[in-house]
Amino acid sequence: MILGSINPAVLLAALMVAATPILLAAIGELVVEKAGVLNLGVEGMMIMGACIGFIVAVNTGSPFIGFIGAALGGMALALLFALLTQALMTNQVASGLALTLFGLGLTALLGQRYVGITPPRTPKLDLGPLSDIPFLGRALFTHDIVVYLSIVLVAAVWWFLKYSRAGMILRAVGENHDAAHALGYHVKRVRVLAIMFGGACAGLGGAYLSLIRVPQWTEGMTVGAGWIALALVVFASWRPWRALAGAYLFGGVVVLQLNLQAAGVRIPVEYLSMSPYLITILVLVIISSGKGRSLDAPGSLNRPFHASS
Amino acid sequence: MRKTLLRLEGLSKSYPGVRANDDISFEIGEGQMHALLGENGAGKSTLVKMIYGLVRPDAGAMTLRGAAYAPSQPSEARRNGVAMVFQHFSLFDALDVAENVALGMENPPPLRDLAARIRTVSEEYGLPLDPSRLVGELSAGERQRVEIVRCLLQDPKLLIMDEPTSVLTPQEVEILFRTLRQLSGEGTAILYISHKLEEIRALCDEATILRGGRKVATCDPREKSARELAELMVGQLLTPPERPERPFGEVVLEVEKLSLKSNNPFGTSLKDISFQLRAGEVLGIAGVAGNGQDELLLMLSGELRAPSPQVRLKGDPVGHLGPNGRRAMGLVAAPEERLGHAAAPDMSLTENALLSASRRKRLERGGFIDWGKTEAFAREVITRFDVRTPGPHVLARALSGGNLQKFVIGREIELDPDVIIVNQPTWGVDAAAAATIRQALLDLAGKGAAVLVISQDLDELLEVADSFAALNEGRLTPVRPAKGLNVEEIGLMMGGAHDMHVAHEAAQ
Amino acid sequence: MIRLEKRKEPSKFWGIANPFLAVALTMLAGGIMFAALGKDPVVAIRLIFFDPIFSETFGSYSRPQLLIKSAPLILIAVGLAIGFKAGIWNIGAEGQYIMGALFGAGVALAFFPQPGWYIFPLMVIAGAFGGFLWAMIPAILKTRFNTNEILVSLLLVYVAERILAAMALGLMRNPDIPGFPGSRDLRRYEAAHNAELFANTGIHWGVVAALVAVILAYVMMTRHMLGFHVQLAGQAPRAARFGGVSPARLVVICLGISGALAGLAGMFEVSGPGGQVRIEFASGYGFTAIIVAFLGRLNPVGIVLAGLLLGLTYIGGELSQMMLQIPGAAIQVFQGMLLFFLLALDFQTNYRIRLTQGERA
Repeated sequence: MILGSINPAVLLAALMVAATPILLAAIGELVVEKAGVLNLGVEGMMIMGACIGFIVAVNTGSPFIGFIGAALGGMALALLFALLTQALMTNQVASGLALTLFGLGLTALLGQRYVGITPPRTPKLDLGPLSDIPFLGRALFTHDIVVYLSIVLVAAVWWFLKYSRAGMILRAVGENHDAAHALGYHVKRVRVLAIMFGGACAGLGGAYLSLIRVPQWTEGMTVGAGWIALALVVFASWRPWRALAGAYLFGGVVVLQLNLQAAGVRIPVEYLSMSPYLITILVLVIISSGKGRSLDAPGSLNRPFHASS
Repeated sequence: MRKTLLRLEGLSKSYPGVRANDDISFEIGEGQMHALLGENGAGKSTLVKMIYGLVRPDAGAMTLRGAAYAPSQPSEARRNGVAMVFQHFSLFDALDVAENVALGMENPPPLRDLAARIRTVSEEYGLPLDPSRLVGELSAGERQRVEIVRCLLQDPKLLIMDEPTSVLTPQEVEILFRTLRQLSGEGTAILYISHKLEEIRALCDEATILRGGRKVATCDPREKSARELAELMVGQLLTPPERPERPFGEVVLEVEKLSLKSNNPFGTSLKDISFQLRAGEVLGIAGVAGNGQDELLLMLSGELRAPSPQVRLKGDPVGHLGPNGRRAMGLVAAPEERLGHAAAPDMSLTENALLSASRRKRLERGGFIDWGKTEAFAREVITRFDVRTPGPHVLARALSGGNLQKFVIGREIELDPDVIIVNQPTWGVDAAAAATIRQALLDLAGKGAAVLVISQDLDELLEVADSFAALNEGRLTPVRPAKGLNVEEIGLMMGGAHDMHVAHEAAQ
Repeated sequence: MIRLEKRKEPSKFWGIANPFLAVALTMLAGGIMFAALGKDPVVAIRLIFFDPIFSETFGSYSRPQLLIKSAPLILIAVGLAIGFKAGIWNIGAEGQYIMGALFGAGVALAFFPQPGWYIFPLMVIAGAFGGFLWAMIPAILKTRFNTNEILVSLLLVYVAERILAAMALGLMRNPDIPGFPGSRDLRRYEAAHNAELFANTGIHWGVVAALVAVILAYVMMTRHMLGFHVQLAGQAPRAARFGGVSPARLVVICLGISGALAGLAGMFEVSGPGGQVRIEFASGYGFTAIIVAFLGRLNPVGIVLAGLLLGLTYIGGELSQMMLQIPGAAIQVFQGMLLFFLLALDFQTNYRIRLTQGERA
């Protein structure tokens, strides 16, 4: 058996790494959508993070400063989206697309001189004896800090949405912005903040690709990761832990597919490499086939808000 | 003389093209039940929005307990003891009762403590509520309770209530009034907004009447007759519609034992609906909002398909037909929501005329539109039904509620239907337009058409209907002749005090 | 205090003026970008927007190129615009374009080397069908399972790109040149060649198809009930249902039309200017067409102008790359900025800016 040659612990470890970029982007977008905004520019913000993070890391020699730069880069692009959709009341779908097209172009330009360079290495987090535990140690405790950070982020977002007052206000704004406004909440302020958070997360996710997972900069290197993250939010029914599960499931598909390629399965590489997209579509179909509006989908999602009074 | 709680002096507010409030002054005393009376568009909402800090006045000032009061946002108003129960738009379907209450409070306690307080307060005032239920699953009356309890938890000095009874059965109204009297007795002032005169005469000890953005009077409503109040409010006396005596014809629309699932997760499914409608008859269907009115209209208009043999038009099964198929057979409809359902807001009146009239008026041939003919038809509707607008090129959303409603109902009547279904034909419409619309429906019935009016306004139904039924949680009561029915009986048909006893039992 | 106030009616003036203003602002911002890259902004802008047409030196080469680049953009954008009007977001035109090319080329390669007048028409049908079929995937998933068509159509672009690569390396590879990816050159197979119809004009069958599509779309949108229903569904979905529009039918029609037109564009490209099935065949027309559709105000006539303009930036981009070593990606940034500016400016079509005194007297 070909599969027999694959070490499950290595597979599990690789799966977590493969899942982290889209998990980061998805958890950010989840918050944005919970606030009632559909930002289709995740792909653009991710590539922005990948590019800026890479440039900053190479020039400072520090991957950590690189990640900060990536978050800021993603946030800057998100701010542009916020300006368009919240202040200028533009169509969210069109603005999100514009963000993606613009991000892809801009990064191709900015990153031109960085193609083929190796970025500074991000160290693995030393978890001491934990990483010596058989199987689990190899699978779970040999990662860089960002992998753990992404899990912490999921927990934090979950707590924030479920238990904090600010999270409740954010959900209220996303559920019914007219009511939130009538009660005196600042719908736009909440949304702009959420959009910026989403941008920072997408930026981090992008940088994880260019600084750790690949690690290199190439034009358009996100190849649809942002769109998969968007699909993941739907798959997760806007629930953080389900986003984590979905991301790892997706990571599993990617890693398995790569391993099959490496193991020389007699399926052309092109067909194997389309499997993540096909599986994403399949999952979307299964999730959406329930009838009508799911209770989890924010009620004001993708509806523009303009205070009439 | 009681102490003044809130004094308004010369409040004014303008929007482009409208002077919503013009130099309005009056006082509300502590513990007073003060009515704010006026037609739609008289400026009531703008005024209370200023008191609640949602809108800033252009001119004028307010004083609360002697101190200057100029809330810049609702939280400031709430801190000052001003609370408001909205008619629409302030609940969150996907959040539970406790969260909804917390969102309307300045410093809510932790959710668990809050839940306990919600239980206590809601029962103390006879408005039982389960804090853990999702608001989207509550009935209209229960939703209102959430709003009221939210306000009560903050110990308000002034409670503003915006058209609170429009979503209640007569029995529920009684319970609400008891709660309000209890509050007033405890010293809470109530600003009660309504256009229902009898209610105000029963409840309030002072009334301020607005017309066209100005104050026309402040008086004691108990000393005036409903007729006098109406005259103050409308500015003219309206003649009630004429109802010619007429014989009914054959049964034209028949629904038999029809159950249908709602297409909306928070909607109400129809259960075992049966009725017959004869030519020339006006059937009024009452019910509190959210008891299946939308679904009933959609099912009859063809927007929701039904098992075919259970819906019959002139004897033919039509359940499988869509709206156009049924129009072709002579059944037309006017849904409740004018903007977005009966008409497309961003389209011109000409385009909106095409919306439902394309086939019956032959405005298209082989799919190609005759715009000239369509515009002529739109003009005809505008003239015949006195729609005040510069012309058919105007966008639907630029029309006032009353004018657009005249256009929408007029468009359907011009199609010369055998059956017309209307939902809330005069909701949010000024009195003159409402009278025109009701008369038009009666005239249509006089010409032999069958008319079905779904409405939450009992006065309206009693004015136009020959026979009467009520929707309650998706079920329709048997049809009874309207003559001789009293409000008490109608209230019981509508379900009495909705699930109050159920809630009481649950609380025990 | 500045506040936005919704206009009673959208401003017709700004509706037409904004695309021009957006182009001007893009030139300005683009100039700044070029200056930052150390290039002379005036020269660069002239090279992109004027020289392809007016220059003595390049004109004779690039003038015909204009139609070659614009035709697929216009063809795709006209279809997309119909869907966008209805609120149906097909953003996977790039994938439908690829599938159209593959189906068209597939027919040609199957007949090779036979002659026959019927081969090219068959390719046209196959191309349209390929795009249509690919667009039916999101359409059917949407109508059957309520799956989001934005995500599905977009994800299918990546799938189509991989099928393209698989075809170029496998099934459709030219057996006469072993070791090299890519199919036979259809330009050398007369029965399948989408040749220039008039010498040195750039007019090929794709240009004709674009023109026909524009006219048909215009008639449909202004005179036919289908066009009326499309607009109704986009503006007020509930009113559309009241008007008897079936949402599912509209999804299928809109995605079908835009898919078929994108497929046609791909087929005309692969049998003409593109010439063969290659891994790098897809050049982003499907995405640029989204910008064309918006810039053209979703109006067929506007789309012609917008398509010509963006076609121009493609050629100008190549020129500036050649002459000034301006990176090719700069053009992508340009196109993105154009869409941004347009969207940003559009608020004044629907809103009026008012300066108000926030504080009371």
